[in-house]
Amino acid sequence: MVDTCFLSQGLTTLAGLLLLPFGSLAASQIEVTVENFLRVLTGRIPSSTPRSKRLLSDDRSNILIYMTGHGGNGFLKFQDSEEITNIELADAFEQMWQKRRYNELLFIIDTCQGASMYERFYSPNIMALASSQVGEDSLSHQPDPAVGVHLMDRYTFYVLEFLEEINPASQTNMNDLFQVCPKSLCVSTPGHRTDLFQRDPKNVLITDFFGSVRKVEITTETLSLQPDSGVIESSYKKDQMVEELMEPLKYAEQLPVAQIIHQKPKLKDWHPPGGFILGLWALIIMVFFKTYGIKHMKFIF
Amino acid sequence: MAAAVRIFLLVLLLLGPGGWGQAEPPRDSLREELVITPLPSGDVAATFQFRTRWDSELQREWVSHYRLFPKALGQLISKYSLRELHLSLTQGFWRTRYWGTPFLQAPSGAELWAWFQETVTDVDESWKELSNVLSGIFCASLNFIDSTNTVTPTASFKPLGLANGTDHSFLRYAVLPREVVCTENLTPWKKLLPCSSKAGLSVLLKADRLFHTSYHSQAVHIRPVCRNARCTSVSWELRQTLSVVFDAFVTGQGKKDWSLFRMFSRTLTEPCPLALESRVYVDITSYGQDNETLEVYPPPLTTYQDVILGTRKTYAVYDLLDAAVVSNSRSLNIQLKWKRPPENEAPPVPFLYAQRYVSGYGLQSGELSTLLYNTHPYRAFPVLLLDSVPWYLRLYVHTLTITSKGKENKPSERSPQPAPPPPLPLHVPQHLSSQGYIHYQPAQDRMQPHLLEMLIQLPANSITKVSIQFERALLKWTEYTPDPNHGFYVSPSVLSALVPSVVAAKPGDWEESPLFNSLFPVSDSSSYFVRLYTEPLLVSLPTPDFSMPYNVVCLTCTVVAVCYGSFYNLLTRTFQIEEPRKGGLAKRLANLVRRARGVPPL
Repeated sequence: MVDTCFLSQGLTTLAGLLLLPFGSLAASQIEVTVENFLRVLTGRIPSSTPRSKRLLSDDRSNILIYMTGHGGNGFLKFQDSEEITNIELADAFEQMWQKRRYNELLFIIDTCQGASMYERFYSPNIMALASSQVGEDSLSHQPDPAVGVHLMDRYTFYVLEFLEEINPASQTNMNDLFQVCPKSLCVSTPGHRTDLFQRDPKNVLITDFFGSVRKVEITTETLSLQPDSGVIESSYKKDQMVEELMEPLKYAEQLPVAQIIHQKPKLKDWHPPGGFILGLWALIIMVFFKTYGIKHMKFIF
Repeated sequence: MAAAVRIFLLVLLLLGPGGWGQAEPPRDSLREELVITPLPSGDVAATFQFRTRWDSELQREWVSHYRLFPKALGQLISKYSLRELHLSLTQGFWRTRYWGTPFLQAPSGAELWAWFQETVTDVDESWKELSNVLSGIFCASLNFIDSTNTVTPTASFKPLGLANGTDHSFLRYAVLPREVVCTENLTPWKKLLPCSSKAGLSVLLKADRLFHTSYHSQAVHIRPVCRNARCTSVSWELRQTLSVVFDAFVTGQGKKDWSLFRMFSRTLTEPCPLALESRVYVDITSYGQDNETLEVYPPPLTTYQDVILGTRKTYAVYDLLDAAVVSNSRSLNIQLKWKRPPENEAPPVPFLYAQRYVSGYGLQSGELSTLLYNTHPYRAFPVLLLDSVPWYLRLYVHTLTITSKGKENKPSERSPQPAPPPPLPLHVPQHLSSQGYIHYQPAQDRMQPHLLEMLIQLPANSITKVSIQFERALLKWTEYTPDPNHGFYVSPSVLSALVPSVVAAKPGDWEESPLFNSLFPVSDSSSYFVRLYTEPLLVSLPTPDFSMPYNVVCLTCTVVAVCYGSFYNLLTRTFQIEEPRKGGLAKRLANLVRRARGVPPL
């Protein structure tokens, strides 16, 4: 069985897909916390974060957010130890809207009582789908006989089955996605919310969110590239010159026992005593002189 | 006009990438090799090495054209002024006792160590940024490297490449034992190879077979090397190594015959066109002359004999660039067949191996012990032991004891003395008083781990035990991971040793010898350098009851509600007299009728 970083039993997973430019985030299990998730969405991340861990979206990006795991009325569990509430999520999306970090956003959630998570959204251009209504449980698909646990949820299974027939040129729209997994198959009632979306769902293509099609413009103009021979020649000459001047170098000895035994440890720089020590000594001296009188000072100083 | 332009472009392309002016020879070269070693325990180890050598001075000139050397790493070297970089991601543990000395071992999890140039002013800042950038390139959680798991060794981890001076303040070392290796780490690693996974040896790198192994280690090593024999100028060398050990019983269903197809589910079809050398070596030492036990198919055209890791070994060589070995019509699937099962003799034991464990009971204290085995019959040799223990295990350094053969062994005493001198205090630098070396840097809570480095002389044919007692600390409740009862990891100890060789090695030309022979620079041929790692340890820390905040909130709110509610009601509630409403159903119906008639009710 192949180990993948994203396979986890009952823990939440995050997938953000961008349309322009195409990209996806990479994060391992320990890093998936509520704080990190909200930071990635709103863009408030430390400056040393590498590009592959950022959401590099702008106001022309369509974002797909898919969340699954255990949840309840108004919350979703992260890593079995913390939760994210629907209000936090709605506020994060509003921050994204204010900072123009998305053009359109599709939010799919597959947890128990998933519809409660999208009830509080108030930012425009958000379309949401959930696998069950408030008060209902989302159920999982059949168990795997080899592993002994359920590997997939019903709603996810049927959505995946539906999406596998979509190709980048497909014209299926969102209304078809809303029909996926009726109550007879899913046991729970899937729900959706489109009132915040400005376009009509029957005009929204599935490939707007689930595919990445790069627009290619073909041109017949040609451009000839000429290498700058001046730069090549000068760099070559510089290397040859340097070669003659340097003395031969050598490799370091890996375990120089004699040198190690006789090496002197570096003495740490002396720092003046800190505030606490100074305060403590000042207190001691003050108490001493208070008790025994100031006349003792001439014997000390 | 358009046709003329097209012909012009065609002519330009035919002239080659050199274009006008003098044709510049390519300044980087790729050598790739695969070494297949049957291990004494019946398993098979396969070590891939891809070496890109780039003749360029990254520090001095501004480079914009990258050919074989990956741009991501080249920019890293010039931006952070690196002298050396070593990163490895490992899953599993190399069992030195049963498998023999490895070519290059790596500790379980992620290990990163780097030497910076002397021009860097703030090494810690550069180290932090470097680990973040590498976590993005390799999709690993290296951003968890911070001051609580970084140490500055004072004697281990000398530079593996050319070095002018070794000021250890420019060295940083960190291990993340908890890190898991998976396909998401292999994919960017493969992308750095010039031929990616399309041609040459890298077609064998399929994730579903590589992770079905007992030991999987992938590493990236960057260091400066000599460009020529006189060593007057410097080239940069990038080595990407991948070692896997296939379990004979899991992979081979109990049969000891193996082949490339059975191991990797692929065969070799063509060499990498960008490679200068592309070779497969198969270790046939134990079965060399005696042809009756073993057969290697197809029969090798050449063999290679040399002293590797102190013993004389023979390898069958398959050169992929040779048309007789691999061509369009023929693919290479190396097979090893056992004709007669090997006699049950004890497998050879390596001269040095180590073991580490935690002992003790309860969640208060414990003892950390490392056992070092020296199985050489008459030679003693020195071992440098580096231990980096996290701050939440508070070490009691006064309980540090080193015993060999039942007697106490001071760190690196040259000859055993009849009356041992009193033990030396460890806070005194050892150079002042004896010929030993111990360096201990105590931990600071939440800032720095413990660092213990010792040079120990292992007597011949002995077991040396280094033990130290510790106490477990209670962390703040937000510092626990979501699964605190899993335990906390202690990074493996590092042993650096010069093990005496059975056969003295001839110092040969480094460029001519195969890649697995040039991992560590050797100056003295009577011993070889080896770096071994012990197992990582899993230590349970006392955990608080995580439901207590919830319990406290519930209880407090209930108490406050009851008290405050009662007082509020007492103070603000007024009482009014209300007429009792009596009467049964008949009276109510009658009242209904009376109301309809407009008559006052009963």
